[in-house]
Amino acid sequence: MADQPVHTHADDLACIELVELVTDYLEGVLPAAEAGRLERHLQTCPGCSEYLLQLRTIAGSLRGLTEDCFPAEMRDGLIADFRSLRNR
Amino acid sequence: MPRPTALYDDEVIVAALRRGDADAFATLVDRHSPAMMHVAMAYVPGRAVAEEAVQETWIAVMRGIDGFEGRSSLKTWIFRILTNVAMRGGARERRSMPFSALAEAEDTGEPSVEPDRFLRADHALFPGHWAIMPARWPTPEEGLLAGETREVIAAAIAELPKAQRTVIALRDVEGWSSEEVCEALAISAGNQRILLHRARSWIRNAIETYYGAVEEIDYDAVTAELMGDTVKREPDSE
Repeated sequence: MADQPVHTHADDLACIELVELVTDYLEGVLPAAEAGRLERHLQTCPGCSEYLLQLRTIAGSLRGLTEDCFPAEMRDGLIADFRSLRNR
Repeated sequence: MPRPTALYDDEVIVAALRRGDADAFATLVDRHSPAMMHVAMAYVPGRAVAEEAVQETWIAVMRGIDGFEGRSSLKTWIFRILTNVAMRGGARERRSMPFSALAEAEDTGEPSVEPDRFLRADHALFPGHWAIMPARWPTPEEGLLAGETREVIAAAIAELPKAQRTVIALRDVEGWSSEEVCEALAISAGNQRILLHRARSWIRNAIETYYGAVEEIDYDAVTAELMGDTVKREPDSE
């Protein structure tokens, strides 16, 4: 690798291709050779490293963001239904 | 944080429900209803119908728990009931598609990042390289949901096509595994990943736009910078 310019990806992945592989990589389903290519690319590419970090951040940050809550009054109604149904 | 579903013992909860333990039922309702809302929304036209589908499912669960045979997990059983209820409920107002058909209809092959963010494929030196690299986000330490980006992300998720929205809600909001999502929605692992990737990419773009839209790109300047960069950062050891 030492004799290659930093930004040459001749034998490697182009950034535009890498961004489509990031989820497969994070999911651990890329074949080993492909994952190796991706990791080699990341070593010299700050843009793709940042992209990976951003997708990883998103993947790990959304827990608890719930917009479509089940209404509390419906929930309470169900529990009352359960009581009367099961304790007859 | 331990994953409650993993620690959950179906046998214990089923026995409790059969005994008429209302607290156990309440725990189960609170645990699964948020994800059930996400799934129901994929099949029905609106929120109110989704709420009814979830409600109807829980009624079927409390009535049918004596007949649960444990051939699948309790969770799988509940979501199977929900899917049947929601597809039927959706059909009342308009035809409701199976999730796999929804997913296929949404697979438009769109790129994750706008192609003009990259140097063109016929670029002599750096084809397909970033023209404008993603900038570091000023994310607060508490995470993306702590500040104003919470609203940005919620709005971006709401704009997603249904299948993508459902998958990212189950995976990243509810914390389900890919296997659980594939089973509940009856889609392949590959389809699940495509939907997840599109959804996460969409949110990434929304956050990036919020932090500062990418201005017009000067491709010549980018090339010059990359070349200078190459010379400057040419490794000199090894």
